[in-house]
Amino acid sequence: MGQKMLMKGNEAIAEAAIQAGCRFFFGYPITPQNQIPEYMSKRLPKVEGGCFLQAESEVAAINMVYGAAGAGGRVMTSSSSPGISLKQEGISYIVGAELPCVIVNMVRGGPGLGSIQPAQSDYYQSTRGGGHGDYRMLVLAPSSVQEAVELTQLAFDLADKYRNPVLVMGDGLIGQMMEPVEMPDYQKPADLPEKTWAATGWTPSSDRERAIINSLYIDPAVLEKHVNHLYEKYAVMERTECRWQEEMTEDADYVIVAYGTTARIARSAMRKLRAEGIRAGLIRPITLWPFPAEPIARAAEHAKAFLTVEMSMGQMVDDVRLAVEGKKPVHFFGRTGGIVPTVREIMTQVENLAKEGE
Amino acid sequence: MALLTIARETCKGCGLCADVCPRKILALSKEINSRGYHPIAVTDQSQCIGCAFCARMCPDAVIKVEK
Amino acid sequence: MAVVYEKTNILTDTPLHYCPGCTHGIIHRLVAEAIDELGIQGKTIGIAPVGCAVFAYNYFNVDMMEAAHGRAPAVATGCKRVNPKNIVFTYQGDGDLASIGAAEITHAATRGENITVIFVNNAIYGMTGGQMAPTTLPGQVTTTSPYGRDPALCGYPIRVSEMLATLDGPAYIARCSVHDVKHIMDAKKCIKKAFETQIAGKGFSMVEVLSSCPTNWGMTPREALNWLEANMIPQYPLGVKKEVE
Repeated sequence: MGQKMLMKGNEAIAEAAIQAGCRFFFGYPITPQNQIPEYMSKRLPKVEGGCFLQAESEVAAINMVYGAAGAGGRVMTSSSSPGISLKQEGISYIVGAELPCVIVNMVRGGPGLGSIQPAQSDYYQSTRGGGHGDYRMLVLAPSSVQEAVELTQLAFDLADKYRNPVLVMGDGLIGQMMEPVEMPDYQKPADLPEKTWAATGWTPSSDRERAIINSLYIDPAVLEKHVNHLYEKYAVMERTECRWQEEMTEDADYVIVAYGTTARIARSAMRKLRAEGIRAGLIRPITLWPFPAEPIARAAEHAKAFLTVEMSMGQMVDDVRLAVEGKKPVHFFGRTGGIVPTVREIMTQVENLAKEGE
Repeated sequence: MALLTIARETCKGCGLCADVCPRKILALSKEINSRGYHPIAVTDQSQCIGCAFCARMCPDAVIKVEK
Repeated sequence: MAVVYEKTNILTDTPLHYCPGCTHGIIHRLVAEAIDELGIQGKTIGIAPVGCAVFAYNYFNVDMMEAAHGRAPAVATGCKRVNPKNIVFTYQGDGDLASIGAAEITHAATRGENITVIFVNNAIYGMTGGQMAPTTLPGQVTTTSPYGRDPALCGYPIRVSEMLATLDGPAYIARCSVHDVKHIMDAKKCIKKAFETQIAGKGFSMVEVLSSCPTNWGMTPREALNWLEANMIPQYPLGVKKEVE
């Protein structure tokens, strides 16, 4: 680990990406993620082989990512909710063509132009694919600037490992907040496969097949086989890439499930509830897809009830309910429109459950 | 004397080569190929001057010209 | 006997799926011959569009990428920025390039992106069944302009080459046709010139090629080429629109 620095989330993510070997960035301005492209525009031209390009649109940016990834580059783009919606076409093609890349979404309030304040209302879009067709993306949700740095670097390795885009999903707070960060000494995993599939120039005497970066499979049987192949990768991800953090769940009567910024607030609420004598616990999904159903199912064996807290009208709560399988009540508390829930609000929810004896 | 070799199976019988042939020695066959097209054929090879207009006009690259 | 003319190996042996008499095949051949003659097969990357040429990756014997509709110039940009020594070309139709991809082509051109664009203009959407294109001529009947394109209702065709030639970024822009052997030879020279422009690092090059669509125009292949010459060339004048030395 290097020296501790005070960094804004967005800038820390950009620097972490460069440290992880990202050399290509294509983006478009949108609040609250502008410090990522701004930082990249300053730093990448100073890095050997680095290229920052401000695209004419989100649509163009994600298609530049497609081209760069197809050529074998470590590449990233970032945006915020309305911009991520525009990128969905390209993301679907990137998945179909099995290209690795990292996409950062600093989620803001919606629908429509919404607001520029933090939100978590893109959970469905992020964890259900987002664009057209059968697919998934690995979704990593940091809850601190330090974790954003670590997950961004992990995202590049996972993208390369699975040849699938990885989404780092923050929110306006993670992007804008300044926190002390230590940049890890990034080491590329030795077992990452060579990109022998990349389009880099070919002749009949080349020692590989001609590269065709493509998502079109006009024969239904062939397309079904291709989608089955994608889902075999997703099955491996579900088995091996689930990440979460549990706090005080062993004896918890009330388990709060929250991610990202909301999990930090939920943690404070949980500790204060414990001080009041209410046995609360916290499960914080770090991967939103694959979703950590296992610790939730485990907690459902002894907990009295669950409370899912989100900066949305309730999206992740569906996955919590699926994990609990009806064994215990799953309640929801959320604020939306860019409003961040308070510690007091979360405590009141749990206190009421305790009063009702649920 | 020049020689035309026609890939009968990939010819789609569009006839554009026949139109540009200065000697008018190309015509569609009566027979059909495996894809259901009447492929082009040379009616009188001895008249061919090897100008390759036919090959340059062909959208399917089915004509080889030797001289 | 010596070979006067034969199919270049830069085209694969896969039979082209285009309709009989469709001039896409001629344009494919010219691009492949240019790649062959310039000796750049080993470093060329082609970007296929959405439209009739969607399967171009099956035909060009080089590394290929298939782009989303209209996005080929953005894909080419990403590809070229990663490996600037590669020769990157897009092959796009008029719906792909001039309608849904109007932003991508304009910005690739104005950036002077060092890529080559082969723009096939046949004034109609072929793959989807003959709908009106941004390049459809006034009065031209298509399946979505059944009474003829009415400029009062849906505006005028776009002259892409002239429009892009007003920008400072492009190094070479030309419009050609493939309606007869002479023009095919001219088109070949322009396509080669465009690739040479990229090889020399001069920046963005584009060749617009007027092409026919016998099936959707409802004509024989010969009638279609006659119609192209009589109607399209007056609307889309041939020639070099921009050339930076």
